Amino acid sequence: MRIPCPYCGARDASEFAYLGDATLTRPDPAAPDAADAFHDYVYLRDNPAGAHSEWWYHSGGCRRWLKVTRDTTSHAIAGAELAGGAK
Amino acid sequence: MRYSFLSLLKNGLTGQAGWKPAWRDAAPKPAYDVIIVGGGGHGLATAFYLASEHGIRNIAVIEKGHIGSGNAGRNTTIIRSNYLLPGNEPFYEWSMKLWEGLEQALNYNAMVSQRGILNLYHSDAQRDAYARRGNAMRLAGADSELLDREGVRAMYPFLDFDNARFPIQGGLAQRRGGTARHDAVVWGYARAADQLGVDIVQNCEVTGFISEGDAIVGVETSRGAIRAKKVGLAVAGSSSRVAKQAGLRLPMESHVLQAFVSEGLKPVVDGVITFGAGHFYISQSDKGGLVFGGDIDGYNSYAQRGNLPVVEDVAESGMALMPRIGRLRLLRMWGGIMDMSMDGSPIIDRTPRPGLYLNSGWCYGGFKATPASGWCFAHLLATDAPHATGTAFKLDRFRTGHLIDEKGVGAQPNLH
Repeated sequence: MRIPCPYCGARDASEFAYLGDATLTRPDPAAPDAADAFHDYVYLRDNPAGAHSEWWYHSGGCRRWLKVTRDTTSHAIAGAELAGGAK
Repeated sequence: MRYSFLSLLKNGLTGQAGWKPAWRDAAPKPAYDVIIVGGGGHGLATAFYLASEHGIRNIAVIEKGHIGSGNAGRNTTIIRSNYLLPGNEPFYEWSMKLWEGLEQALNYNAMVSQRGILNLYHSDAQRDAYARRGNAMRLAGADSELLDREGVRAMYPFLDFDNARFPIQGGLAQRRGGTARHDAVVWGYARAADQLGVDIVQNCEVTGFISEGDAIVGVETSRGAIRAKKVGLAVAGSSSRVAKQAGLRLPMESHVLQAFVSEGLKPVVDGVITFGAGHFYISQSDKGGLVFGGDIDGYNSYAQRGNLPVVEDVAESGMALMPRIGRLRLLRMWGGIMDMSMDGSPIIDRTPRPGLYLNSGWCYGGFKATPASGWCFAHLLATDAPHATGTAFKLDRFRTGHLIDEKGVGAQPNLH
């Protein structure tokens, strides 16, 4: 599996560390339903079979966080972008 | 037909013509008392114990492929009860006790072999942690034995004791641990359940659930609708996909775990050995192949195959443990889909949907749990209350904070 890092080019997956689902948004801790929202955010996952948006950290390269779109049934990578946008 | 020496002798003398299929290939009936989704070891064990312990005979096990074609056919066959936490250890020890009587209960040779498991330690801190774990095991009625370096050397003189980075200091042995024949476990449970009237329906994929209000009252399948008073899910890596059809989101990610078997050798590893300075475990099958594995790949996957970095990592760990395997050739490698829960421990519980029950989250340790998982899930399905050894495996423990995190890495399934 090679991940197309926008900064470094296509690199072997062993250079990267995996964090997981990139569709989650940290809830507002001051919201009245914060306890429920944090339970969902920390523990529950869609865990799709198919296209999955996920965080990878290029620890053995440019040390940037990437948002990668990958098919979990085939490991085919559709694309990768820098997490903070291009700078 | 009961398998015995007499039946073996009789069929041996009559051209092996008297054997019958070990279970019926049943067609689904319109309704059952209980439907178990998933014809792996856990699902079939659940059906068997429902029928044998709770007297519920009107049961179907429905399986999308053929029975045992998922993780039950893809694991490294290790059985053990060497856990630390009070929520886990009594359950796994109950499983170990069921393994010890399994072949008599099923009248089937599951090749349960208590050849012992040895976890190596490589530092003082790790020795202390293993001493603590060994004591926890004993408190739960299991056996454990803390060995020093010479004790390990007496068992396995060929290990790399003087490895420059990870010298072996000793190990925690559980002599009642060992291996079992994974396919035979599936076949044994299938045959025993079938004899008690359980319908095993293969090539029958769940495509949806039948609801009445909030309650689940059956399943839609590729072979038509089947109604049931209760539906139990035991679908391992597919848990999220199936539960989604009931509107549930689970605390779970699916990950790929690879396993390996080498070409056949003469007997060389007579127990199960695990490396303590990396994730690596090895045993030898009765055919002679070394069966081993390591970490999960570490990213969400439903692919049933992994990638090369983990293969390299497993091979490096194996070489650090026992350099003599360096010239071995691999015969096969494969991947299975693990239902990695958020704390690394399983879930056997009711769900928010009445009539729907969940058995899931076995991570990469489901095989050893097969008998107790079936026992506890059957108890839950029959009585609506958790079995005494499985009270901690609640679905809502992530909300209430009662996590069972053996490894202490938090809600990061790829690290468990």
